[in-house]
Amino acid sequence: MITLSNVLVLAALLFCISVAGIFLNRKNILIILMCIELMLLSVNMNFIAFSYFLGDINGQIFVFFILTVAAAESAIGLAILVVLFRNRNTINVDDLKSMEG
Amino acid sequence: MISKAEILILMPEIFILTLACLILIVDTFSQDPLRRVTYYLSQLTLVLTAVLVIGFSPEQTVYAFGNSFISDGMSVVLKTGVFVISFFAFLYSHEYLKEHGWLKGEYFVLGLFAILGMMILISAYSLLTVYLGLELLSLSLYAMIAMHRESTTASEAAMKFFVLGAIASGMLLYGMSMIYGVTGSLELGTIATNIESNGDNPLLVFGLVFIMVGIAFKLGAVPFHMWIPDVYQGSPTCVTLFIASAPKLAAFAMAMRLLVDGLQPLLNDWQGMLIILSILSMATGNIIAISQTNIKRMLAYSTIAHVGFLLLGLLSGTPSGYAGSMFYIITYALMSMGAFGMIILLGRKGFEADELAHFKGLSERSPWFAFIMLILMFSMAGVPPFLGFWGKWFVLKEVVDAGFVWLAATAVFFSIIGAYYYIRVIKFMYFDKADSMTAIKASKQMRFALSVNGLALLILGLMPGALLAICVSVLSIAA
Amino acid sequence: MYLVCLHEVFFNFWIDKGVTNQVLENYFPILLFIVIGLVLGVSMIVIGFGLGKIMGHARPYKAKQSPYECGFEAFENARIKFDVRYYLVAILFIIFDLEIAFLFPWAVVLDEIGMAGFWAMMIFLAVLVVGFIYEWRKGALEWE
Repeated sequence: MITLSNVLVLAALLFCISVAGIFLNRKNILIILMCIELMLLSVNMNFIAFSYFLGDINGQIFVFFILTVAAAESAIGLAILVVLFRNRNTINVDDLKSMEG
Repeated sequence: MISKAEILILMPEIFILTLACLILIVDTFSQDPLRRVTYYLSQLTLVLTAVLVIGFSPEQTVYAFGNSFISDGMSVVLKTGVFVISFFAFLYSHEYLKEHGWLKGEYFVLGLFAILGMMILISAYSLLTVYLGLELLSLSLYAMIAMHRESTTASEAAMKFFVLGAIASGMLLYGMSMIYGVTGSLELGTIATNIESNGDNPLLVFGLVFIMVGIAFKLGAVPFHMWIPDVYQGSPTCVTLFIASAPKLAAFAMAMRLLVDGLQPLLNDWQGMLIILSILSMATGNIIAISQTNIKRMLAYSTIAHVGFLLLGLLSGTPSGYAGSMFYIITYALMSMGAFGMIILLGRKGFEADELAHFKGLSERSPWFAFIMLILMFSMAGVPPFLGFWGKWFVLKEVVDAGFVWLAATAVFFSIIGAYYYIRVIKFMYFDKADSMTAIKASKQMRFALSVNGLALLILGLMPGALLAICVSVLSIAA
Repeated sequence: MYLVCLHEVFFNFWIDKGVTNQVLENYFPILLFIVIGLVLGVSMIVIGFGLGKIMGHARPYKAKQSPYECGFEAFENARIKFDVRYYLVAILFIIFDLEIAFLFPWAVVLDEIGMAGFWAMMIFLAVLVVGFIYEWRKGALEWE
């Protein structure tokens, strides 16, 4: 039997992995984009679990919107990545420090 | 079912969306390198939408679409503010883009979509609409920054803004899911009543912390301010101007909706968090700004300091405190728009006047604009009788009334430190020799708009009562 | 001396408002969550890689290392640079693909939501068509 807390713990774990992934990764911006997607998916899991156990459909509707917004977000992220690569010839996280002060 | 009355409440939003789509299509058929049609249509849209917002302003608070959309006094005032500020911002941007030779119609269309996002955010009354408005605003801003494709700094700024913004909205969503799970509702009013009746739950504070991260990020409060300096410095100045002005009003509205409308019963919890954010922001912003040589970066840190001040009004937890904050954010948006407008004015093709040194000897090159800049800087520093002083004054008064005398003293202390770097700019303009005596090249509209912008701070500063009365009246009804 | 006074004034205010207690009581679980979360997140990634290194037997040979191409010999290196135009198509695909997610639930309940639901979707599609016209006019759909 799957309880609410099971799902919440799983979502929290996914969330933690994505946050850790963003801060540990120093190499590739693409991996950061993937971690952001994972983060949003863990939130989706939370919403669906709550929605199911509360018997309230609103949470699932929210998930639909998060999914589509996440798609738009990753599209813009990829577009910025392409622009950045054309200018810099690198997508290394450590190279993103031309502005300091 | 959707009734006609509900459609009428959303009329301004529907109108601006339709026009933005139309302008996008019209722009693809336009051959004009100056994009005059796109530009004038966008400005016309702004004016007409403002008329619609004021014309359809409801006598009392009304809700639409299953209580996920609200139209009240605060939303009307903030939206009008957004339109006025965006109108000026578009005017400055058009000048800038024309001069620097990468005028694109999409700039204005994206701007309109960002404004639509701000309107939704200002009128949001459910977690879902808050999220959608926020994302519409942020996604448009990411694209606007990255639009100057040849600029390395712009694409880097866009990437940083994007990554940090996405993390922040992820955190915000996680908090929202917790609040939803505890209260079983997405609608802010129901959330407040549910918390009221069911009492404390540790998960609520847990969700609140994550929501606070999202809000602090959007406002740019320390320790979630990392994006502000890089984005302000790296973006083309016209985009910086846009980001630094109107979206601040929307971010303030988001904080109001989530914290005051939705989580008012948790006042004691978020008050403590806001105190910490506020002190850190004032300290970091004012102290780091002193060591900056790039004026865009300096203004970025000054934004952070101003956000610290803004939070003072919010954390006092009273309607008059919120009114003080609202007054503060409107004056701040006017000031920062003017300051970035000055940078645009001094720039020309292939040259950005973004170093402090570029302001040296401005009083000889153009006494009038040196005077306008003087008004702007004094106003930001909070010198009476300029508008910025009154913003600080009202906020401090509220914070003292709420019983945080020590907090007010800290705020005054940091704003005195802050006055140093604003006055340094004035010293450069009036007492230093100019490096080059190139005449300022700008169109009549630009000169006129910037003069109006600067003088408004002086005139409104001489009679701050009217604007404050508006802020107080709309918020006392709401609360 | 002065500093001590200032310090006391500060702390009295905090205690008066009961903020100190709250901070300790309410935020401790959150601090715990953040710490545990970071430790767990980091350790799972590290252990994953570490165990793989220790337990897994790495015996690479040529066929294992070569990219899989339906049983053929590999034609070329898998890590070639893609034409940037692939990204453009991919980006456009992501957007239009996921917006369609709204169509499925809509189609299932079309009987129940009536004309209002029908027209709501038509408006949604109209906005999508605006985007489509834009990308067409801009030449994003042309390969050359």
